[in-house]
Amino acid sequence: MESILESILVLTHVDDSGASLAKTSLEAVTAGMDLAMRLAVPLSIGVIGSDSPGAAGAARALVQTGARLLAVSGEAFTQARYSNDAAACEALCRAAQASIVIVPGCARFARVAAGVAFRVGGVIDTHITAIGGTDSVEASRWFYRQRLEAVIGRDTRPWFLLVDPGTHAAYEGPSGETAPPKDEPCLVDVEQIAVELPAQRTTVTGVRSPALSGETIRPDAKLLFVAGAGWTKKQPDGQFHGSEAARLILDFLRASGASLGSSKSLVDQAGENHGAGENQQALPFLTHLNQIGQTGSTPRHRKGLSTCCYGEEPHVVGWRFISERRAISLDPNCGWARGKADVVYVADAFQVIAELNRLLNSGQG
Amino acid sequence: MEELLHIVVCAGIVPDPLQTLEPASGPGGPALKNEMALPAVLDPWAASALYEAANLAAKNPGSKVWLVSLGPKAKLQQVMMTVAQKASFQLVAIDGPIGGFADAHATAAALAETIVTLPGLERERLLLFGGWESATRGAGVTLQLVGERLGIADQFQGVDQIEFRDDGSFEVLERIEGGKHQVSVCAGTPAVLGWATGNLAEPRNNPQVGMANMRGILPALQKARPANLAANGLRYLSLSLPKAQRTTRLVKDSSPKAIAGELLAWLQEE
Repeated sequence: MESILESILVLTHVDDSGASLAKTSLEAVTAGMDLAMRLAVPLSIGVIGSDSPGAAGAARALVQTGARLLAVSGEAFTQARYSNDAAACEALCRAAQASIVIVPGCARFARVAAGVAFRVGGVIDTHITAIGGTDSVEASRWFYRQRLEAVIGRDTRPWFLLVDPGTHAAYEGPSGETAPPKDEPCLVDVEQIAVELPAQRTTVTGVRSPALSGETIRPDAKLLFVAGAGWTKKQPDGQFHGSEAARLILDFLRASGASLGSSKSLVDQAGENHGAGENQQALPFLTHLNQIGQTGSTPRHRKGLSTCCYGEEPHVVGWRFISERRAISLDPNCGWARGKADVVYVADAFQVIAELNRLLNSGQG
Repeated sequence: MEELLHIVVCAGIVPDPLQTLEPASGPGGPALKNEMALPAVLDPWAASALYEAANLAAKNPGSKVWLVSLGPKAKLQQVMMTVAQKASFQLVAIDGPIGGFADAHATAAALAETIVTLPGLERERLLLFGGWESATRGAGVTLQLVGERLGIADQFQGVDQIEFRDDGSFEVLERIEGGKHQVSVCAGTPAVLGWATGNLAEPRNNPQVGMANMRGILPALQKARPANLAANGLRYLSLSLPKAQRTTRLVKDSSPKAIAGELLAWLQEE
């Protein structure tokens, strides 16, 4: 393979404040800086913002990166929508003419990155967890829902790499500085890139939290608490205790600040009856957004506590990026005990979580 | 008001999630060990898209659903025996490799080439459905690329709901960070929707639907044209199973109080 003279562009966007970069964007900046330094090649950073001062202000926080700074700004980019975001990213890519485009794997950019790669004649790989290589670029990603790990290379350029959130530290600048106040004059040279917007057929009308599960999903929480189907099965007294399970779980989430995940079987129960079923009682606050595993999400949290799950492979693939794993299960032979968890407590989760809630609520937590 | 919709669902087939997967080297690059012997199912998120499409078509009489699927003919036939009983559709088969190691750009090109030649498809009525990610490659890009090739600039990913309005516009809920949905209103078809789970349960098997579908499935499989998927410069440098097998400490015969105390200490560790 002929050696390629690389140049790197990192695509970023401002957060809801309009004046700072989103966390996932700052993570992508770190990935871009690391790669540019390793290959000793030029780096550009493109910022998409809702107004010119905001985008420029966000770009100011990047001045220490030594990168060429480009910005696209305007009211049209206040909200994420395919047509505008794709046009903005395309304009930044054409202006930067980079061979490698690093893109944060946030919902906003995951929606458009492939389309942009197509428009500029490039290729894309997503869910990148690491970017390596010293003479050439190598990217790590998982296949089959986190069951096989591959390292890949590409000869085609431009090559877009959509970097998974949480895989790189967020860029903070040499002294941890962030953007200066928005009203300060901008002395940094930020190139404003013009964008030709297509006709608008889509209007973003807002953001909605699912009434039942919205507040139980906390991506920044240290702990992922996972509820399995055992919570709604018959307990040792021969009775169902779905209401008690719901209360214990919600109390624990409140006291610990954990994020709630669930197995597919339990979520399916909730979807079917949202209350008492024929033989089981579902947990009414669960939706498919809580589901982790083969057909759900693969969240990144430092710790994970599984309760009443059996540790089956399709479910456990959702735990791939949980560093420390513990489980409470009545079955000492369950999948968790076979090398999937660090600690398995063979115990009744109802009793353990009730006691844990008592400790957390008594101030000992 | 009812809309006449032409819904094309792109759906691949994947190994049954309960199967153990092992990497292997095939003649064309990386593969799964015993790949052709593994039982297969319709890709789960794409299956959600199919059920939503069938539901939408049923609510809008005169609408039509095509299921465009790329995979080995023998495997497609096996999977369709089950899928055919769940929703009404017309199968359009493309004979190609199974598995997640093919390049998404090449897959998208093969799908787009097939879609543009579908007899009777009216592009201005088109809703292009599929899973927002597959359970094989899991890249979440194929549908976007097909949409771009078809010139569709209204795309939605991680969709859990679509609701049509009287004026032909529709509201879409897309998953975003933090367990929330972004709500958008699109003026109307054409559009691309990459589905997450949606809100529908898996339909029960309906033998009558199955019989009707099967009349078209076998001819569609016979007519399946082969797809040669280019690598587009993609090179696999390594492929491996995750190495970390944890040493599990099993705690038996501890009281709930003792376990809770240990868990609390663990939660408080920095």
